[in-house]
Amino acid sequence: MLSSLRSGVQFLWRVPSRALQTTSTLQHDSLFVHRDTLEDNSSIPFEFSPANQKRVDALLAIYPEGHKRGAMIPLLDLAQRQNGGWLPISAMHKVAEVLNLPRMRVYEVATFYTMFIRRPIGKYHVQVCTTTPCWLRGSDVVLNAIKEATGCEVGGNSPCGKFSISEVECLGACVNAPMIQVNDDYYEDLTVEDTKEIIDKLKKDEKPMPGPRSGRFASEPLGGLTSLTEEPTGPGFGLQDALKS
Amino acid sequence: MLRQPLTRALALSSPSRVAPLAARRFADQVQAQPDKVEVFIDDKPVYVPPGTTVLQAAAEVGVEIPRFCYHERLAVAGNCRMCLVEVEKSPKPVAACAMPVMKGMRVKTNSDLTRKAREGVMEFLLVNHPLDCPICDQGGECDLQDQSMAFGSDRSRFTDIHFSGKRAVEDKDVGPLIKTIMTRCIHCTRCIRFASEVAGIDDLGTTGRGTDMQVGTYVEKMFLSELSGNVIDLCPVGALTSKPYSFAARPWETRRIDSVDVLDPLGSNIVVATRTNEVLRILPRTNEEINEEWLSDKSRFACDGLKRQRLVTPMVKDSRGNLTPVEWEDAIVAAARALRDCPSDKLLAVAGDLADAESLVALKDFVNRLGSENTCTEQFFPAEGSGTDLRSSYLLNTKIANVEGADFVLLIGTNVRFEAPLLNARIRKAFIHKETDVALIGPKVDLTYDYTHVGDSASLVKDLATGTSSNEILKRLESAKRPVVILGADQLKTEEGAALLAYTQELALRLQDNLQDKEWKVLNVLQRTASQVAALDIGYRPGVGAALAAGPRVVYLLGADSGIVTREALPKDAVVIYQGHHGDAGASIADIVLPGAAYTEKRATYVNAEGRAQQTLVAVTPPGLAREDWKIIRALSEVAGAGLPYDTLDEVRERLNQVSPALVAYGDVQPNNYFAQARALAKSLQKPVSGKLDVQLKQLEDYFMTDAISRASPTMAKCVQAVLKQKTAPY
Repeated sequence: MLSSLRSGVQFLWRVPSRALQTTSTLQHDSLFVHRDTLEDNSSIPFEFSPANQKRVDALLAIYPEGHKRGAMIPLLDLAQRQNGGWLPISAMHKVAEVLNLPRMRVYEVATFYTMFIRRPIGKYHVQVCTTTPCWLRGSDVVLNAIKEATGCEVGGNSPCGKFSISEVECLGACVNAPMIQVNDDYYEDLTVEDTKEIIDKLKKDEKPMPGPRSGRFASEPLGGLTSLTEEPTGPGFGLQDALKS
Repeated sequence: MLRQPLTRALALSSPSRVAPLAARRFADQVQAQPDKVEVFIDDKPVYVPPGTTVLQAAAEVGVEIPRFCYHERLAVAGNCRMCLVEVEKSPKPVAACAMPVMKGMRVKTNSDLTRKAREGVMEFLLVNHPLDCPICDQGGECDLQDQSMAFGSDRSRFTDIHFSGKRAVEDKDVGPLIKTIMTRCIHCTRCIRFASEVAGIDDLGTTGRGTDMQVGTYVEKMFLSELSGNVIDLCPVGALTSKPYSFAARPWETRRIDSVDVLDPLGSNIVVATRTNEVLRILPRTNEEINEEWLSDKSRFACDGLKRQRLVTPMVKDSRGNLTPVEWEDAIVAAARALRDCPSDKLLAVAGDLADAESLVALKDFVNRLGSENTCTEQFFPAEGSGTDLRSSYLLNTKIANVEGADFVLLIGTNVRFEAPLLNARIRKAFIHKETDVALIGPKVDLTYDYTHVGDSASLVKDLATGTSSNEILKRLESAKRPVVILGADQLKTEEGAALLAYTQELALRLQDNLQDKEWKVLNVLQRTASQVAALDIGYRPGVGAALAAGPRVVYLLGADSGIVTREALPKDAVVIYQGHHGDAGASIADIVLPGAAYTEKRATYVNAEGRAQQTLVAVTPPGLAREDWKIIRALSEVAGAGLPYDTLDEVRERLNQVSPALVAYGDVQPNNYFAQARALAKSLQKPVSGKLDVQLKQLEDYFMTDAISRASPTMAKCVQAVLKQKTAPY
C-alpha cells in the first residue's frame, strides 16, 4: 500500500522533474570570432588614403625601432575612421602588414577594445549611457526617443542605414546626465525634445550643437553657485595670532 | 629589432628563465657566480640566484606549488593565479610564478591564507568549467581534476546555473590533429605561448575580453605546424585533446612503454601507450639532450600507420606471379635457396630507412658469410676522401642540445624544419633567446624565423670555404665564437655531393681551427633517416647506384621502401627478397616477403643523427606471423648454410659492441674527432661546383608522409589534405 502511495505521489512530481534543465543564454552583443560576410571579408581591399598614409607615417615615427607595435591602437583607430566608423577585417590585415606583425596580434587588440567596432554600422553611432546616474535622470526615455526617431534597435542599424544605437556603460559625464555620444561628440543634459532635435538634425546631416542642453556651459550648477560664493580668503587666513608677524 | 616583446625579453634574461640553457657551459665561458640570496620556503632555507621566481625556489626544496599557466619552457604569463602563496609581510598573496625572490623572503606554501587563496581561485575556475569529466578525454591526466581534488573546496556554492548559466564557447576547427572543446578552456594561454615561441606559428591568440574572452584563431583558420601536437600535452584541461585518440582509452587503462622514435633522424624519446596489443598513442618523453619535452607531429600521430598496410604473413610469388601467403618454413627455404644459388658477386642487400642496428649487423654478417660485400643503404653518401671511415664526416657533431649555444648557424641545402623539426625548434630557441643569426644556402623555405638567404648555388659554399666570398656571411662566420654549419645529407646524392661535402668540411674546419673554444664542433651533416648512422657505423656502403648497375641476381631489401630500388633497375630474372613491416614500395616488387617488426614491436637499437645509440622496447607484439628482424635473418642464415654465431639479443649486441662500442653505449654520444684527417683526405675533392641546391621537403604538406609508416597512416593523409585545403582558404 505504501508503495502504491509512493508511485501516486511520484506521478504528481514526475512531470516537472522530467523537464529539461536549461539556462538563460548569456551573450555579448558582438561576436569574438570572425564570420565572413558580404560587407566584411578578407577579399575586400583596404588601403590607407594618401592623407591618412601621412598620418600613419607620423604615428609610426613616434615609436622607437623595435617597438613599432605600440602604434597599433592609433593605426586601428585611423583605419576605423577612414572606413566610416567600423573596422573591417582587411583593415586589421593592413595594420598587421604595416606593423609587420602576425595578424592574430592585431585581432587580439581589435577584439579587446569595445571602441573598435567590427561590424558595419551607420554613419552616426549613437551611444546612449544607461549607467545608474544617467538612468536615474531618465536615460530610458532618451533611449526610447532615439529608438523611435531612428527606427533602430539597440545593437542594430536603422533602416535608412544612417544610425546605429549602442547602450553603453558610463562615459564619464554623470554631472550632465542623461547623455549620449554621437561619434566623437557628447550631447548632455538631454530631454526627449533635445534628443529628437539632435536626431532630426543628424538625419539632415546637419551638426547639432554638442555639449549640455540645459543652458549650462559645462558641469557648473544650473542655478548659480551654491557654495564657494564668497571671495576667496587671502594668505594667512585662520592662522593663530601668535604666529602672525 | 627585438625578436620578442620587451617585457618578455626582460623576463627571459633573468637567470631563472634560461635555467635549462644556463646549465650548459662552454669551455670559453666563465660564468660569473652571482651572489645567491637566501629565502625560506616553509621555513626551509634555500640559496638561489637573484631573479629566480618563488615557484622555482620552492621547487629547489621539493615543494611543488600548483599551477596552470606556468610552464618552465614557456614565457611567464601569470594569469591563472593558482600559484598564489603567502609571503610574510606581504599584504596580499603573491603569484609565485611571476614573483622574483627577495632576500630573506619567507614564503608559506601551506598556510591558511595560501590554502584559502587556492581554494578561491579553484572555485572561480570551476564556475566557468563544465562538469563533463566523464566524457572528457583529459580525464585521469587532467591538471584541473587533480588540483581540484588536492586544493579545491569539498562542496560547491555554484548557483549561477539558475540565473546566468555557465559560460559556453564555440569549438574551433584547428585541423585534423587537435580536437577543441573550448568551453573547457581556462585561459592559461599555454597553447598561444607555445605556438608563438616554440612553433613560430602566430595563429593562436585570445579574442574578446572578460567573460567573453576566448582562445582561438579569430578567423577560420587551422593551426597547422609540424609541432602542433605539443599543445595537447601542454593544455592543462581537456580543451585541446588529440583527435585521432579521442574517446579511445583512459590513461589508467594503457600500458606505457619507453621507446625511441624513428620517423626522423633525431631519435626523439617517446612513450608508447598500448592496450590489448594495440598502439593507442605516442607521447614525448623528456630528454634534454634531444627533444626536451616536445615531439613532432609525424612522430606523434603516425602511429595509426602501424596498424595498416602491415605484412602479417610470409609470402612467396606463385606460378602466376601473385604473392601468396605461405608458412614461414616455405618462405625461408625459398629465400635460402635463392641466396645459396646466387653467385656471391651478384648478391645485393639494401637497408632502408627504418632498419635497426641489430638487423643491420645480422644482415651484413650473413651477406659477408655468403661471400658478398654488397651491403648498401638507400641513402647516399660520397665514398671519396675519407668516405664513411671517419664518423665525424656524417654526424651532427655539434650535438642537438649544443645548437642552442651557437651564435651563428649556417644551413646548407637543408630544410631543417621538416627534416628534423626539433632541431629547428632548438635553432629557433637560440634565434629568439640568444640572438643567434641564421643563414641558409639552398632554396628559400619558411623556417619559422628570419634568416639571411645567401642563395641556392653550390658555388657559394665553395667561395665561403676558400675564403674568396665577398658575402658578408663569411665575415659573420669568421667572427662567430660558436658557429655551426649544417649540411643536409640530401645534397650528397648529386654528382657534386663529394665536392660539396669537401668544401663544407673545409669551411667548418677552417672556422673550428680559429675558435677559442677548442671543444666546439662546427661541422654537422644532417642525415635524413633513423637507420643511416647505424648502417654507416656497421659498414654499409651508402647508395645503391653502383651495385644496381652491376646487375644483381638476388636483392635482399631490409625495409627498403624509398623506391630507389625498382624492378626496372634490376635484371628480369632477379629475385627480390623483402623483409620489412609495411606493404610499401619494397614489398610491391618482391618475390619473397618476410614480415618483420616495426619499431614499437621489437627491442632494437637505433643511432640518431648525433651518433647517440638508443633502444626501443617491445610495446606490442608483431602482428600475425611477423617476427623480430634480426631473428628472421638468423633463421634464414641457418637454412642457407651460413649460420650466424648469435642466438640471443645479448649476443647480437655483443657483436655490435665488437663492430663499434658506440652502437651499444645507450644514451651516450661519443665526441668525434679526426676532423683534420677527414679534411686532408677531402682536399683533392675540392672541384668546382656549379649546381643548385634543392631540398625534398619544402612545404608542410611534404612533411607528413615520408616513410612506410607515415605513408600508411590515415591521420597523416588527413594532415596533408588539411594543409592543401588551408592553402585555398582566404585566411
